[in-house]
Amino acid sequence: MGMRLMSRTTERARRVAERVTDPELPMLTLADLGVLRDVDVVADSHVVVDITPTYSGCPAMATMRDDLVRELQGAGFDRVEVRVSLDPAWTTDWITPEGRAALAAAGISPPGPAPSTSGPIPLTLLPTARQVRCPQCDSPATELVSEFGSTACKAQYRCTSCLEPFDHVKEI
Amino acid sequence: MADHVHTTPEDEHDNAYAGLLVNDAHWAFGTDFEDPLAGVDTTIPEGVDAPTLAAYALMLGDDALVMSHRISEWTSNAPDLEDDIALSNISLDLLGQARLLLARAAKADESVVPRLPDGSPAPPEDALAFFREAHDFRNVRLAELVNGDFAEATVRVLLFSVWRLATFERLRSSRDHVLAAVAAKGVKELAYHRDYSARWFVTLAQGTDESRRRLLAALDELWPLWPELFDTHPVEAAAAESGVGVDPASVREAAEGVLDQVLAAADVPRPEASRRAGVLGRTGRDGMHGEPLSRMLAEMQSVARAHPRGQW
Repeated sequence: MGMRLMSRTTERARRVAERVTDPELPMLTLADLGVLRDVDVVADSHVVVDITPTYSGCPAMATMRDDLVRELQGAGFDRVEVRVSLDPAWTTDWITPEGRAALAAAGISPPGPAPSTSGPIPLTLLPTARQVRCPQCDSPATELVSEFGSTACKAQYRCTSCLEPFDHVKEI
Repeated sequence: MADHVHTTPEDEHDNAYAGLLVNDAHWAFGTDFEDPLAGVDTTIPEGVDAPTLAAYALMLGDDALVMSHRISEWTSNAPDLEDDIALSNISLDLLGQARLLLARAAKADESVVPRLPDGSPAPPEDALAFFREAHDFRNVRLAELVNGDFAEATVRVLLFSVWRLATFERLRSSRDHVLAAVAAKGVKELAYHRDYSARWFVTLAQGTDESRRRLLAALDELWPLWPELFDTHPVEAAAAESGVGVDPASVREAAEGVLDQVLAAADVPRPEASRRAGVLGRTGRDGMHGEPLSRMLAEMQSVARAHPRGQW
């Protein structure tokens, strides 16, 4: 296979992989979430995909892997290898602008900038203070209901202007 | 799966599950066991003794596994829904760390993995979790105690996560790629566990007479096991010497400093109880455990041991 042909095949595999959505945030693709790190066609119909887990014990990882394998095999790539890339660790900063827009459109407040985790991490005895705007009416008047929402990676908030409850993706 | 659900076109709009069955392939997850370290550089760094690396990874992995199991026992039993989810999430984080660390131990030195009957689909990290006896576990004793009340859970998670976070902050620069990556991920998780338990520690200490009484009782009960966390086992000394591990004694000052901040905010004096002795000088790191670990493992391991060739 020539170089030119290979890169076109890689491009095609990448487009297929980029369509796969997150099992818990189905409005978001794995690419938008920043979980999909690399897609490479290493030999004839053999694709290697690198993904980075969001949390160490994330129960959705096996589903993500199976979804990638199914979609790529359906597109004619017989051998699909999904590798785990642990370093650097995933951060919500990797969620793309498109992903953030998709979250907001679905009524979920996207995460703010992730806190720095280099050096010793200072103790925080006060609840996490975030500037969260309501995804429905854009009001900044919101209050935290619970540090856990519909999934462990989201906190639940309430808008004190329009009174709608909503999820906020927590910064990590 | 579709064979078990019969729907006719007429009743389909009444069946909330019908839409889920359009494409069964989407639900066929979790059916295979793949190497959690696939694609990770598991080369043993030059000059590092493989059995030492494996033994060290087992210690960190067993701490996480045993603590995870104890915290998981709070699921559906916490005082309210939010804390139920918080504790379940802490348990899940530690289980994720345990899986990677046990897999790392197995990859570094296969001889640590128990032999299973031919045809068993259990991956090495599961063999380590479910087919070892209590005396093969290397966890610190703090992790294995029988659960008490919510104040006890608060103090235990605080002591454990203050210590483990101080350790992981240094482990990020391990020469072993896997340990460094697990630590880099783990610090984010442990920072949450620590701050969550520290807030509850202050809240209970400053709450009612009853909440403060329970908190102080839990602290007095667990305090004798705090010094054990900073003992240096020969395996930890060797791992630190070769640049893959962290000498527990070296994180004592950082951990005590953070704990002092919490005690000061809660207006709780440092307990004076002296350390709990080992048995003939041997403690958790030597495989010397109390009866609660045996009972915990009997329950945790029963299904896997009854069906060593089982698939689910």
